[in-house]
Amino acid sequence: MNAAMSGGVGLVHYLVVAAILFTMGVLGIFLNRKNIIVILMAIELILLAVNINLVAFSAALQDLVGQVFAMFVLTVAAGEAAIGLAILVIFFRGRGSISVDDPSRMKG
Amino acid sequence: MIQAIAFYLFALVVLLSGAMTISSRNPVHSVLWLILAFFNAAGLMVLVGAEFIAMLLVIVYVGAVAVLFLFVVMMLDIDFAELRAGFVRYFGIGLVLAVALVAEILIGVGAWSAGGIDLARRAAPTDHVVPNIVQIGNLLYTRYLFIFEGAGLVLLVAMIGAIVLTHRERSGSRYQNIARQNARRPQDATRNVRPEIGQGVQL
Repeated sequence: MNAAMSGGVGLVHYLVVAAILFTMGVLGIFLNRKNIIVILMAIELILLAVNINLVAFSAALQDLVGQVFAMFVLTVAAGEAAIGLAILVIFFRGRGSISVDDPSRMKG
Repeated sequence: MIQAIAFYLFALVVLLSGAMTISSRNPVHSVLWLILAFFNAAGLMVLVGAEFIAMLLVIVYVGAVAVLFLFVVMMLDIDFAELRAGFVRYFGIGLVLAVALVAEILIGVGAWSAGGIDLARRAAPTDHVVPNIVQIGNLLYTRYLFIFEGAGLVLLVAMIGAIVLTHRERSGSRYQNIARQNARRPQDATRNVRPEIGQGVQL
């Protein structure tokens, strides 16, 4: 561990926080199976947990690549959120609801 | 000492707000809890010295993505009570799976921290003299230039995709016809008249 991770707080603490946050995201997808907006938010939580992991390892190993890749994860997450919400908007426009069960009726 | 207090504060709030994000009854509250989670995750990242990622999280995530979520949640007029129908039904199995998943991850972390897995040598060692953002910039514009360009392309494709998906022609709206505007000449548009005094003009 380096100086940035002192005060009795180590890498493992960060990994535990990220693990719990990741699991919360997965649980959120399970619990809100009908609500696409909350599912998208749960995916954001999962990606946030991944970013915490990347940054924690980057600090612990004193290697900057983790932070660079956290930035790329952030980029992809932003693009995914934009596309997901756009699909949601046109889906709502066509059907008047955003229930996850409805997309099975989408054709071609 | 102060670092430990800050860590536990940020970690507790990020986990609590994550739990509230997925269990909130109103999606607007969910988005607000998500914003709180992002802020506290940014605090966690500041604690380990990743200032740039923390600022990115606050500016890009809270400032753009979370506000986008807020816009969409408020724009769509949805009966959210109906969408929560399966919440109780899936709570038990979901909780079991979540506990199993987090136990597996923690066992994995424990096994990893017990040693035995040899990590590769450092690809880009950090420097404690140069600021974090300078180091990231140096790395991003040299070694990871092509991946950086690829990330830009991903954002471009996402932007064009979102515009193409949501754009629609509204009937009855009047668009500017630039070709017609440019083709218009003064002699077509104006004429000289010599009106009689007191008679007004015929337009």
